[in-house]
Amino acid sequence: MSTEMPRRARALGRIVAQTVTLAHGGGGKAMKDLIDDVFVRAFDNPTLAPLEDQARLTLAGLAEYGDRLALTTDAYVVDPLFFPGGDIGKLAVCGTVNDLAVGGAVPLYLSCAVIAEEGLPVAVLRRVAQSIADATREAGVVIATGDTKIVPKGACDKLFVTTSGIGVVRQGLDLGVHRAQPGDAVLVNGWLGDHGAAILAARGDLSLETPIASDCAALHRLIAALLEAAPQTRCLRDATRGGVATVLNEIAQASGVAIEIDDARMPMRDAVRGFCEILGLDPLYLGNEGKIIAVVPPDQCDAALAAMRRDPLGRDAAVVGRIDHGETGRVTLRTALGGRRIVDMLVGEQLPRIC
Amino acid sequence: MKYVDEFRDRGKAVALIGEIRRLLARSKLARQRPLQIMEVCGGHTHSIFRYGIEGMLPEEIELVHGPGCPVCVLPMGRVDDCVAIAERPEVIFTTFGDAMRVPGSKKNLLQAKAEGADVRMVYSPLDALALARKHPEREVVFFAIGFETTMPSTALTVLRAEVEGIRNFSVFCNHITIVPTIKAVLDSPDMHLDGFLGPGHVSMVVGAAPFRFVAEYYNKPLIISGLEPLDILQSIWMVLKQLDQGRCEVENQYARIVPPAGNAQALRAVARVYELREFFEWRGLGSIDHSGVRFRERYAGFDAERKFAVPNARIADPKSCQCGEVLKGVIKPWQCKVFGSACTPERPLGALMVSSEGACAAYYQYGGARRKPEAVP
Repeated sequence: MSTEMPRRARALGRIVAQTVTLAHGGGGKAMKDLIDDVFVRAFDNPTLAPLEDQARLTLAGLAEYGDRLALTTDAYVVDPLFFPGGDIGKLAVCGTVNDLAVGGAVPLYLSCAVIAEEGLPVAVLRRVAQSIADATREAGVVIATGDTKIVPKGACDKLFVTTSGIGVVRQGLDLGVHRAQPGDAVLVNGWLGDHGAAILAARGDLSLETPIASDCAALHRLIAALLEAAPQTRCLRDATRGGVATVLNEIAQASGVAIEIDDARMPMRDAVRGFCEILGLDPLYLGNEGKIIAVVPPDQCDAALAAMRRDPLGRDAAVVGRIDHGETGRVTLRTALGGRRIVDMLVGEQLPRIC
Repeated sequence: MKYVDEFRDRGKAVALIGEIRRLLARSKLARQRPLQIMEVCGGHTHSIFRYGIEGMLPEEIELVHGPGCPVCVLPMGRVDDCVAIAERPEVIFTTFGDAMRVPGSKKNLLQAKAEGADVRMVYSPLDALALARKHPEREVVFFAIGFETTMPSTALTVLRAEVEGIRNFSVFCNHITIVPTIKAVLDSPDMHLDGFLGPGHVSMVVGAAPFRFVAEYYNKPLIISGLEPLDILQSIWMVLKQLDQGRCEVENQYARIVPPAGNAQALRAVARVYELREFFEWRGLGSIDHSGVRFRERYAGFDAERKFAVPNARIADPKSCQCGEVLKGVIKPWQCKVFGSACTPERPLGALMVSSEGACAAYYQYGGARRKPEAVP
């Protein structure tokens, strides 16, 4: 990841205001001070430093990693901004890194655009920027370019963050949601539903106290180890919105196969199960931010599981089901009781049942 | 999970199903036709589908999914009234989550919210009262829904509001009562049910006595059943045992929660606050006498129906819907003309497709459209 760009020489501006106002989005000195003091200071890296309207990345530098570019983008609007286990900044980095990694790409560069509501405390923005910076350093990626917009009160909810990411896929690697075949094993890398439960609990209107923290984490190292141990891996998906159930349905439909999963093998914390019991939610539909579903051929299942478990983010990995002949596009759950039921796509949003 | 996993034990489930099979094999039950057992409560329906219980039972037993989902049976006219109240600019309209998706004739509460109505999800009527305290300049309305299970909490909230002198709080009362509805099902000429699983949570409030008529006048066994899978299996076994021995009684399988006389304190609050309505409209079943409650005159100030003029229109169920026949066990959900085609969980036409406790939505979601869940090989 080398770059030829010269280092910035000018002095960074400083912001004195306590809260963000529309003036900070006006394009003048106030905006420069905000961007310099909050973002440039936190993200400090040679690719960003020239502060041009675009980042310039050398093709030769990218080509070291493979023969195809991977490009992804994701907008983050989580409420609350800070929650046990993470915050919107960490989420924005990990989510985009994971979106690249599940395609087999080595994540390299991220862009970061923030939309802030006027009246947002500068301290909040600073905390999020620092979190983004920490997460990128931890993941070994850099913020190459960015944008800041301030909108009038009510035009957005506190703070939205959009990150795009560029990664490179090495030659010969071809993961695809259409590639699952009967006999393949379905693996997950650990506890399911933590993020969804943590966010719902952190919103505070449930009056439920739980020890659950979000699983928000960048999984590219675990994925790299998994792909080395099980090179014939068919596909990877991160089980974010809609949870495991939704991803499995997507795989079943795209590959034209049936999938059977086993409730008893699903790694799920008692706290998450209890939380769902009380609210009448199905944990299979809860979002995750540090969990992938991997479909691997049967002869590489053990190697894949072992590789996952060697990584700290995969210690509780498990084989949870297998790809089957049977009705195309259908996901079936064997219940802990011994019965079977269909696991369908979620209709709309999960709403708590009343009794 | 302690006190939960014990009631979902696979080994015990297999043993119970073995007992059920043995009982069926040695008795003359189910020789002519399958035995039809109705679970009254939507919570039972949900458990039956969530754990795949139906597919584990022998074919001689048919479960009929009863009218006990208060969200499902709410008629469109009442949802229209909700929307009309919610759209008033001074109103904060508070509701349980799953009531937001129930269709009205034009829109549901989710759509009203998207269009700007201040609709908020709460988990208890006390949360709504807290909002009224916090926003004295707004009118906070709680959308009260449910059987006797949720009736006391609404009553106690109104009593609290009275004590505190909170005037900007009112309740849109849609509480309904289960007994006249079971009666209506039993009086229907095309009914051939053999026994009932009685509602566990309703009974926790009302006790066992209100269900005696089922055994005494209609000669059908009724087992008050818990909501966990083993509760349901044991209750089915208890129904069969009564049938086998030629008994018709009300028995309480859920004794760990349901006291025989119910909850006296809750019943007092209910009696103090509510009176029976002459009739109440049910989606899928039509108008049923004395099946709903409203506030007594003394609490009229807390009654949103009296506080705000509501359209109060009766909107007929779509003609193509066969919810009534499904509710009575005359047809299975997938035998309905519109199941899975014109009527889906995304666009429910009929009551039973609305909530995951409705039989049709449960079949659609957990059993797949148009077919019975596969039996366990």
